[in-house]
Amino acid sequence: MNDVIKDVMKIGIAGIGTVKTPQKIRTAGLGSCVGVVLFDSSRQIGGMVHIMLPDSSIAKGDNFNEGKFADTGVKLLQILLAKEGARSLAAKLAGGAQMFQFSGGGDLMRIGPRNVEAVKHELAKLGIPILSEDTGGSCGRTIEFDPMNGELQVKTATRGISVI
Amino acid sequence: MIGPFSNITPFHLDILKEIGNIGAGHAATALSSLLNKGVDMKVPAVKVVAFDEITELIGGPEAIVASVFLRVNGEAPGAMFFMMPVNQAAYLVQSLMGEDDEIHDEFSEMAFSALQETGNILAGSYLSSLSDFTGMKLAPSVPATTVDMAGAVLSFGLMEISAVSDSAIVIETAFTGMNDEHGESLKGQFFLLPDPGSYRKIFHALGVSIDE
Repeated sequence: MNDVIKDVMKIGIAGIGTVKTPQKIRTAGLGSCVGVVLFDSSRQIGGMVHIMLPDSSIAKGDNFNEGKFADTGVKLLQILLAKEGARSLAAKLAGGAQMFQFSGGGDLMRIGPRNVEAVKHELAKLGIPILSEDTGGSCGRTIEFDPMNGELQVKTATRGISVI
Repeated sequence: MIGPFSNITPFHLDILKEIGNIGAGHAATALSSLLNKGVDMKVPAVKVVAFDEITELIGGPEAIVASVFLRVNGEAPGAMFFMMPVNQAAYLVQSLMGEDDEIHDEFSEMAFSALQETGNILAGSYLSSLSDFTGMKLAPSVPATTVDMAGAVLSFGLMEISAVSDSAIVIETAFTGMNDEHGESLKGQFFLLPDPGSYRKIFHALGVSIDE
């Protein structure tokens, strides 16, 4: 699922991966999904998970993709980074948009904000501080993280590129 | 096949293809009368695709597309998208509103409304023919329109299925409007993504058995 192309690892929907300097890591086309970056700046190790849904309790069976859900995905990323030698982690988030504006709209319509809430809840539980975020709104995002300087680049269709 | 699609055979996929054929055929006719020009439809494709591959159907996760999204409500719920590259959508709007102006990539509120209404009409004719074919009650929700990255838009339609699977069955139909005097043609795609429980209901309604 995660192809290594040149010096940038690509993370797909519900994908998860870790990189060390000089490699970067990116995921494209985040809508209501949330891209969570955890990194250890002193060791220049970072990882990313592309979260689709807030809670793994709705998954059928035990054999599900842990990267898909906020609760299991964030936890798994922490474990993978620890294996790579990361110690002191911080987080950056992007995504969680509401792509379509409906009048009314149920739980499904609020999936973006719910994903963000669930990720924050999990990070708080694990004691990982959030350094910056670009979440909510109604636009898609492509993000790329560089563990060398801890910069998360956020690209949107309408606002261009920003760094958080 | 894997996960919730383990019982789906090539025969079942052919049936879904026929559904795309009937639905999109009617939608193409509706579009044709809306634009007052011929619209060709390609043979539908039915694919079981991993989430990552789904955006490849429309030019990659970052391709900017104009999308009309609606939920299918009723006996076989699902998600439906009508997607076009931005310049094609601008061309569609221009054809509809009869404006002679240059095509803009920025959409006015009026252009969004026109696009939304087009999606509404097309999805309505798609679903009503599907409803007639299967004898099931199916109704479109109010449509929503956006211009953004294909990945960001399509992943929203995967929410229902993503709880149970990492792949989805996509019923895809592409259409092309006939060239006008400027040599312009119109291209767009329909995506129908039935919810996980809906396949069984569709097959059942058509009297096709599916092994437990």
